[in-house]
Amino acid sequence: MDFSSFPKESVKVEEVIDCIPVGVAVLDTNLRLQAINRALEAMTGFSREEAIGVGCYHIIRNNLCTQQCPAKQALESDRAVHLEGNIINRERQKIPVMIHASVIRNDEGQPLGVIETIEDISLLRELDKKTQTTYDFGDLVGHSPKMQKLLEILPIISQTDSSVLITGETGTGKDLIASVIHRVSPRAKGPFIKINCGALPETLLESELFGHTRGAFTGAVRDKPGRFQLADGGTLYLTEIGDLPLTLQVKLLTFLDDKEIIPLGGTRSARADVRLIAATHRDLQAMVRQGNFREDLLFRLNVVRLEVPPLREREGDIRLLMEYFLNKFNRQFQKKIRGFSPEVIEILRRYPYPGNVRELSNMVEYATNVCHETMIKSEHLPDYLEGQLDEPLQTEIGVTGDEMDSYTGLEKERRVADNRLNWREMERRMISEALLKSRGNRTKAAKLLGWGRSTLWRKMKQHNLV
Amino acid sequence: MNEKLLITIWRDQVAPRFDLTSEVLVATVDSTGEVLHSKTVVLPNVSAEDLCHMILTEGITTLICGGIEEEYFQYLTWKKVKVIDSVIGPYDQALEFARGDRLEPGAILK
Repeated sequence: MDFSSFPKESVKVEEVIDCIPVGVAVLDTNLRLQAINRALEAMTGFSREEAIGVGCYHIIRNNLCTQQCPAKQALESDRAVHLEGNIINRERQKIPVMIHASVIRNDEGQPLGVIETIEDISLLRELDKKTQTTYDFGDLVGHSPKMQKLLEILPIISQTDSSVLITGETGTGKDLIASVIHRVSPRAKGPFIKINCGALPETLLESELFGHTRGAFTGAVRDKPGRFQLADGGTLYLTEIGDLPLTLQVKLLTFLDDKEIIPLGGTRSARADVRLIAATHRDLQAMVRQGNFREDLLFRLNVVRLEVPPLREREGDIRLLMEYFLNKFNRQFQKKIRGFSPEVIEILRRYPYPGNVRELSNMVEYATNVCHETMIKSEHLPDYLEGQLDEPLQTEIGVTGDEMDSYTGLEKERRVADNRLNWREMERRMISEALLKSRGNRTKAAKLLGWGRSTLWRKMKQHNLV
Repeated sequence: MNEKLLITIWRDQVAPRFDLTSEVLVATVDSTGEVLHSKTVVLPNVSAEDLCHMILTEGITTLICGGIEEEYFQYLTWKKVKVIDSVIGPYDQALEFARGDRLEPGAILK
């Protein structure tokens, strides 16, 4: 490139910096403004004439000015400084900005001042908020494919009045999902009534759910409305529905059919405009087979089925949740912990979480309480984590969520399997084991693995087992 | 009638940001412009909400500050507090000008 024609005579600083589309300020070593460009005039609301000779903190009014002045840091550290903050302009607007400060030197290397660029990043921050909302549905946090699928369907099903059955292991967040469905539904202004079907004895539960009339039993001195009536116009959330006694299952079935309830000891039915959400950690299909749960009730509850994935199947969410809980407990306990040490991240990433999100939340709460430093280290984690990390997460070896689902039958037996195997070897071993158990019967082996016969045949071919 | 002024301060200057102020000067001025009483108060917490609360509970009639967000400006104005904002310069000069009723929003006291 030929610069020979480039003007050698001095040019006015303002003319040069006016061409730059972000705010630019030139300061002397006393941090007084010597020049600002048009973009900075527009951003701050101060004209060049007003700003020249004034301390930069009065014009730029960055939140960092009084504590971590970027220009001062650049002068002291002799390197460029990049910091994010916000300014308040003359129109009283708060604008998020990114500030870069560099020292200007003469030919002898002596500092003459500082040049700062102030970039308006409000659009970027708005975009961040929008992106976050796609990941975040109220208090539901997660961007793993399974959680995304769930978060995508929640707004749709919340707008209907269909019964919802939420299934999932303990601690996965079934209660939270139920309350979120209610909060964003047209019934949000109505009550959200929760009752645990496993917490009360049968007769008491019947009275609690459906209410009773005066004289229904000894001590029933007046009519008492049940939870169904209390939830009128809102949502009734029945948790641990798998623990609901068979007799009450019939009564619940009647409600789902007719939208009417008969209080204990009553003769007249009462209408209740209630949306029903039920949840359980039990396998209701298995309970139906065992005769402990009515099949017709399952069909009626199962209008919308939401399966909440266990934490070990939510790839990438552990890290997200760790940060979420750390922020939450930092606020709650007024701590200023900045993050987790790499060792802790690795420990928490590898842990299998039988108690799911609740367990992770408890761990971070414990660590936040115990930690008096700025970083959570392994010694701040609960003691019981020691020695429980021999089993790696199965998802780490490349299993997709759908594949995991189909192996549930044999999964428990495989938990103690050699963790050094990669997934391909593990799959080959599983097929061999299933074939051995079924004595070579491929139909039985496929059933054991939870696959169709053609899938088994295809996989056997891949592994050269045919 | 006496006026009660509050100036947000940082070092010897009017603090550039209302929401980040950790020290204030409270002065009572009579109708002739004489300062009857003044004190500086160091605030335990830095927060615009706390500062607004203090302004209202102390019965401040005029606030002199640097940059303030629209939300707090409107709130204080609604609560009948006169807000002279975007003031640049030493706080003692700001007080001097305010005593003579010569201080305007956006004043640059070089």
